[in-house]
Amino acid sequence: MDPRTTVINERLSRTGRIIAVSSGKGGVGKSLVATTLALELARRGCKVGLFDLDFTSPSTHLIIGVKDVQPKEDKGIIPPVVKGLAYMSLIHFSGDQAAPLRGADVSNALIELLAVTQWGELDFLVLDMPPGIGDAVLDLVRLVKRIEFLIVTTPSRLAFETVKKQVRLLQDLKVPIIGVVENMKMNHAKNIEQETEKLGLKFLAEIPYDAKVEAAIGDVTKLRDTTIAKRIRKVAASNIVQ
Amino acid sequence: MHEWALAEAVITAAQQIAEKEKLKEIREVHIKIGELQQMERDIFRFALSQLKPASFKNATFRISTAKTKLTCRICEHIWLFSKTKLDEDTAEAIHFVPEVAHAYIKCPKCGSPDFEVIEGRGVWLENIKGVR
Repeated sequence: MDPRTTVINERLSRTGRIIAVSSGKGGVGKSLVATTLALELARRGCKVGLFDLDFTSPSTHLIIGVKDVQPKEDKGIIPPVVKGLAYMSLIHFSGDQAAPLRGADVSNALIELLAVTQWGELDFLVLDMPPGIGDAVLDLVRLVKRIEFLIVTTPSRLAFETVKKQVRLLQDLKVPIIGVVENMKMNHAKNIEQETEKLGLKFLAEIPYDAKVEAAIGDVTKLRDTTIAKRIRKVAASNIVQ
Repeated sequence: MHEWALAEAVITAAQQIAEKEKLKEIREVHIKIGELQQMERDIFRFALSQLKPASFKNATFRISTAKTKLTCRICEHIWLFSKTKLDEDTAEAIHFVPEVAHAYIKCPKCGSPDFEVIEGRGVWLENIKGVR
């Protein structure tokens, strides 16, 4: 028997809400939404953890500018605090090396980190998920009680079609969905908002495409001034912190 | 120490099995440790002794080590993991998350990082013995 799964919910027992920021497809801005959400919650005075679960393509460390930090070891692994966030990522261990993990390896790494990470007391744990409905999503839903999803899409039908599949899966598994964020919007079309409502979900925000975001990567002060951060601030105020 | 977190998982899992099997007293807990994780056995054993509940008072913790066997998915070469070939930082990273091995270890025959850990990954609870 794999003993690790038995302690996962104990490790998260002092964590308030656990929010998985997820998408059907990659490249929709999920990591930026997850990171700005975590930063905004921390700015409001909440204790927040950010856990990058996109093991093969992590990027939150670049967004917040993680440098020269390592977890501490004390009856498990204690995440370092970066920009006010308890921050965990596989990059603490793999560095700049590529980590070519297959599905079973993703599951094993996920279970290991959930079993040994000592998050302590948190109001929110924000999870930056890998795209799609693969092993990470299925394992988290299986192993983490109280998990909720926040879904990110773009205006593209290609992105939203995969969101529909993801939503159906989560609804079948009876997992709460906070709502859908439409990112990188370049016109005033309302089709994603309407489609989201047809799925019985809350449309949380539309975020216009913002060319300034790229220059804000790695600089939290600049990042907080981007349109994405300002829109996520409103989402946090009206839908997350109640 | 990281070993404490895994020892806690072993005790919790063993307690769950004992409850399911209606065992009142546990006599033996057999744990297998894969070499890839490079657990500090003394720390792990000490953590088990400190964390065990009353029903485990007379329990023996039998800890066996499994060699780590790796197979390349490209050329099918099979080899054994050896810590001595790693620098200290790499060994420690793999100790924390054994899957990180894929970032550092390559097939000694063809150089591919696409390999499978056939056996000897990490901590495994083999079985427990006790009385009803």
